[in-house]
Parts: sequence; C-alpha cells; structure tokens
Amino acid sequence: MFKKFTHEKIETNAGWLIVLTMFAISVGGLVEIAPLFLLDDTIEKVDGVRPYSPLEQRGRDIYIREGCYTCHSQMIRPFRDEQLRYGHYSLAAESKYDHPFQWGSKRTGPDLARVGGKYSNEWHTQHLIQPKSVVPESVMPNYPWLMSPLDASDVADRMRALRTTGVPYSLTQAEFEKNVKQFGEDHARMFHIPNAQTNLVSQAQAGNYDGDNTSVSEMDALVAYLQVLGTMVDFSKIKPEDLVKFR
Amino acid sequence: MTTTAYSAPAEQYDYEIIKKFTIMAIVWAVVGMFVGVYIASELAWPWLNFDSPYFSFGRFRPVHTGAVIFGFGGSALFATSYYVVQRTCQTRLWGGGLIPFTFWGWQVVIVLAALSYVTGYSQGREYAEMEWPIDILIELVWVAYLAIYIGTLMKRKQPHIYVANWFYVSFILATALLHTFNNLAVPVGLFTLKSYSLFSGPMDAMTQWWYGHNAVGFFLTAAFLGMMYYFVPKHAGRPVYSYRLSIVHFWALSFMYMWVGTHHLHWTALPDWASTLGATFSIMLLLPSWGGMINGIMTLSGAWDKMRTDPIMRFMIVALSFYGMSTFEGPLMSLKDVNALSHYTDWTVGHVHSGALGWVAMISFGSIYHMLPRLWNTQMYSVKLINVHFWLATVGVLLYIVAMWISGIMQGLMWRAFDDFGNLQYSFVESVAAMHPFYAMRAIGGLFFLTGMCVMAYNCYKTIRQGQAEASNAAAVAQAA
Repeated sequence: MFKKFTHEKIETNAGWLIVLTMFAISVGGLVEIAPLFLLDDTIEKVDGVRPYSPLEQRGRDIYIREGCYTCHSQMIRPFRDEQLRYGHYSLAAESKYDHPFQWGSKRTGPDLARVGGKYSNEWHTQHLIQPKSVVPESVMPNYPWLMSPLDASDVADRMRALRTTGVPYSLTQAEFEKNVKQFGEDHARMFHIPNAQTNLVSQAQAGNYDGDNTSVSEMDALVAYLQVLGTMVDFSKIKPEDLVKFR
Repeated sequence: MTTTAYSAPAEQYDYEIIKKFTIMAIVWAVVGMFVGVYIASELAWPWLNFDSPYFSFGRFRPVHTGAVIFGFGGSALFATSYYVVQRTCQTRLWGGGLIPFTFWGWQVVIVLAALSYVTGYSQGREYAEMEWPIDILIELVWVAYLAIYIGTLMKRKQPHIYVANWFYVSFILATALLHTFNNLAVPVGLFTLKSYSLFSGPMDAMTQWWYGHNAVGFFLTAAFLGMMYYFVPKHAGRPVYSYRLSIVHFWALSFMYMWVGTHHLHWTALPDWASTLGATFSIMLLLPSWGGMINGIMTLSGAWDKMRTDPIMRFMIVALSFYGMSTFEGPLMSLKDVNALSHYTDWTVGHVHSGALGWVAMISFGSIYHMLPRLWNTQMYSVKLINVHFWLATVGVLLYIVAMWISGIMQGLMWRAFDDFGNLQYSFVESVAAMHPFYAMRAIGGLFFLTGMCVMAYNCYKTIRQGQAEASNAAAVAQAA
C-alpha cells in the first residue's frame, strides 16, 4: 500500500491534503504546550505569591485596558544588567495568577515586574497624570482620565470569572478556610468574593493611593496594582540554588 | 499571455466577491498604515496623544496591527485565494450564501475590533486583542471560509490541486487551530465584553506566542506564499521553477513553523527546554523559507528584461528579496545570545516590518496590480503611478528598517553598558531620549510607505472607474447593434 502512496495522491485528493496538513501543523504545539501543564517544575515552589486583592485586580484590568503591555514588559531576564536595573529575575510563580500574562515584548518604557515599592503613591499618581512633570524625557502619554471614579459594581463578577479559570478566590466557607491556611487570614478575607466590593473600598480608603479619599478612582486601583508588582516573593529567604532546577 | 483585453468570464467565475475584498484590502491598507504612521509619530512627538483615551498609544496600537494584519492582509488573502482557487480549479466558487457572509462578517470583525480597543476592551494579548464575542464571529467566518475553500477544491475540473492552494489550505487550517486555542477565555458576564484568559503565567505565554508567531508564520507567510505561487509565475509567464522544491518546502514549512513561537520567550520564566526547542526549529526554518524564496526568484529568472519595463514585476522581486532577508534575520534573532540583545528593543519592530512591509505588502501590491485589471476587464489606469508607488514603498521600508536597526541595537547596548566601576552606565530614560531621532526617521519612512499606498488607492480607483465606463460603453454599443 505504501509503495503506491506518492505525493501525486495528496495533490489529487483534497481529503489527504487536509488530513496530512492538519497533522503537520498540530505536532509542534502539542509537544511544546501540553508538557507545561503536566511537568511539575514548570512553576517554582515559592512562598508568598498570592492572588490580587479586588482593588489590585481592577487596577490590573485598567493596565490591560490602556494597553500598557505595548510599551512595558513584566519579565526580568537573568542578566547582570537587568538584575542591577530591575532586581531579581522574574519567576514563573510570580505570574501564576496572571490571567492573561503580561510579560510583554517591548520596552519603550522600563520593565515593571518589580516596580512595586520603588516609588511613592504620590509619584505614581503625578507620573500617570503627566509623566513629563517627573521624567522630562518621557514619551509616555498623559493619563488624566484615570482620576475618574472606578466602576466597582462588577468586581465580584470579575472575581467569579477568575475563580472559574483557577484563581483561588473563595465563595464558600470551606474555600475561605482553605485560603486562611494557605495565605493567612488577612489575605483570605480579601479573596472572599461575597465581600469583594467592601474590601475594594476599604483598601482604597486605607491606602489613599491617589491622595483623594473622598472617592475610589481608577488611579487608586492602578497604583495599588503597580505597588504590589514583584513584591510578593521575599528573595532574602530563597537560596539561588533552590531555583536552579526550575530553569 | 496577452497584455491586451483580459477576458472576464463572469459566468464562469464569481468575481463579485473578489472585487469587494480587493477594494476593502486597499481601504484597510490606507486606514491601517495611517494609524501606523500616527502611533509612530506619537512615540516621536508624544503631544499627539492629546490627553485622550481614544488616541493614546496603548489603545491605538492594536487598531494599527488589527487593521493592517486582518483588514489589509486578511482582505487581500480572501480576495486572492478566491481568485486563485477558482482559476486553478477552473470552477466557480462553492458556498452560496456563505460567500457574502465571509465578506460582511470579516469587515464587521475589523470595525468592531477597532472600536472595542479605543473604548477600552482588549484581551491584552498581542494580535489577539479582540474580546470574546468578536472571537466567536471570527470563528464563524473562518469555518465558512474553510467550507467554501474545500467545497471549491472538491468540485475542481482539474485533477491536480495546484501548489498555491496547498499553502492557502494550510493557512486556513492553522489559523483556525491557533485562533481557537489562543482565545480560550472566561467571560465576566454574557452582556459584557470583558473576559479573562483560561491559562495564566508561562502556559498563557506559551499559548500566546505559539499563536503570535504563527500569525506571522501562517497568516503572513504561508498564505502569502500561496499568493506568490500563483501570481509570480502567472505574471512572469513562466512555469514554477521546481515543483519538487515546492513540495519539500511546503511540508517542512507547515511542520516547523508551529514550533518556533517560543523564541519570543527566551530568557523568560518559560522553562528552558521549550525555548531551546523553539530556537532549534527557528534555525532549521531558514531552509524551507529560503526554499520558497529561491523557487520564486528562479521562476522570475529568464524574465529579467521585464524588470526594466514592468513595475509589477519589481514589486514581486523586491517582495521575494525582503522575504529572503527577513527569514534570514529571524533565525539570527532567535539565537539566544542575539536575542539577549535584540529582545524588548526596536530591532524586533524593524524585523516585523521588513517582513510585513517588504514581503507581505509588496507581494500583495504586485498581486493586486495584476488582478485588478482582470477583475474589471480593463488596463491599469497608469503604469507610471505603479512605478511611483514602487519607489515610495521601497524607500519607505528602507528608512523604516534602518531606523529600527540603529535604535534597536543602540537600545540593547545602552541597557547593558557598564562603566569602569561596574555600575550601569545609562539610566533607562537616557535610552529613551536617544531614540528620538530614529523614531522621527521611522515615522518619515512610514509616511513614504503610506503616500505610496494612497497613490495606489487613487490608481486603482481610476482603473475601476475606467473599467466600469468601458463596460457600459460596450453594453451601449451592443444594444445599438
């Protein structure tokens, strides 16, 4: 049978052409994607990485809405210059709750994977409203509209959708208890979906990220998100050799 | 092939759908390239963002990529594939109502996508920013497209399926596969556009760049090779140089392209084995890529005299040259050591545009200039303007990629420069300031390309009007007789 199977057969039969092409284009993806879900060491086992609070998650939504990833990466590579400029190289674990990932592909502006805690809330607010006022050479657009009120009405729906993708936000008491064990009580409360809106407002009030405590703005959410980036893992507690096997 | 009086067998072939897609390819090219020049200018002169959410770079950039890749590239592919499949199978398009659905569905996709980006809805995945309802519409259009294409192949009057069709089939199948798996997402609600991708972190990154690079590999390469395999031999009036080579490089290209996406993720938190596999296949991919280029150029060889007189031929040969150049540059940049310098810089942007402007757009221009007079049964309004377009486009691409080479390599070198004491030599913002002249140069290169595109639009408009006038004259004469 095989002796008779020449390329002529494929050229004269649409069925063969489709089946064999489908086979040719399926292999690469299968071999490269499927094992990532099956292999144990795709994501490092490190402490500290947690889901985003409701306010931070809304900030992340704004980050995606404004297309920040078109100019900023969130992925520090293991090079000496990047270590000096941005900090410890990024771990897979640090984006394990990121739906979608925002590693980026272009640095028109600097990497933001560890921007959390580097600048004050006042600096971020001022910088987002008018970047040139703090960085004269900047080519970043102004984002004055971020001072408008945050629409927090559907934050619980958003967390529910994320829960479906696998982020451990809790709906039931059992899930809440599980989160208490894994992330501690303070965080577990933040991840409880029924209290999402209250939690969001109280974090914004306590943090007062945009310097205006009369309402919750989009700026509050975005700055809260930026300030948590890269701060979850305490690298002083991790030995470099513990990470090597995951590379 | 005669150069006069193209017969338009309107009864034999469905030309209406091809005409529509051809016109929209030209329209989207003008729109998409205009937005491209605009966002390029925003980087050089940031006041152009106008403090407006709707024009800010981050929201506007996917409007550019969507309009040029899916609007211009997509419409050009629909048009040429419908043309090629009918002519090489010598049969009318199969599909009835599905055929206009692919046209209107696709145009609605492009418009909705652009509107959703500027109003703040994006999946945050490059070249797949469309939110879930738009993704579903794309899926429906694509299934219809696949059905039409296969249906037409099935009722062909030729025993052989011509090589151009293999590439179009491969592109349609691969795009369906990639689009489906890269857009798996959980919507926030039935009445909101917002959704969250099903995967996260490295799995999400892997899936996205498996898609992302093959938007280049199949949408912007395999399909345009299909275009090349019909229009280059047809226009040169010569047979394909090597049939055997086309077989070998078709299968190698289809198989290997799907592996290379991970070279976008070198040195990241993606496991090393995956990115190494991607680099290996990227380097091997040079062979099938050049197989296509050599086959195209050797087909043209022997018709070199036409280069002097025929600007359409020039578009084709320059397109093939840029294809060869960027498929050499690509494997080079996928080497981990080169990538360490080039990644995150403008070099990548330059590389994409040498492929997208130099290869994809140029081969499309050549093909459309070849096809347009045949569709409207006339001659091109002005060959001189085709020549003007050719030079504007060529100068534009060169300015663009030279600017991006300089700025990209300079950026990469500035970021990693150390002073005598082992400290970083430059702050980040110094590298931003150093980019300015090259961002201006890039915008000017883009402006050249856009101007050429406007010349083409004018020339095509005049040609279509001329064709319509001739047709109504002929009808009047027939009636009088």
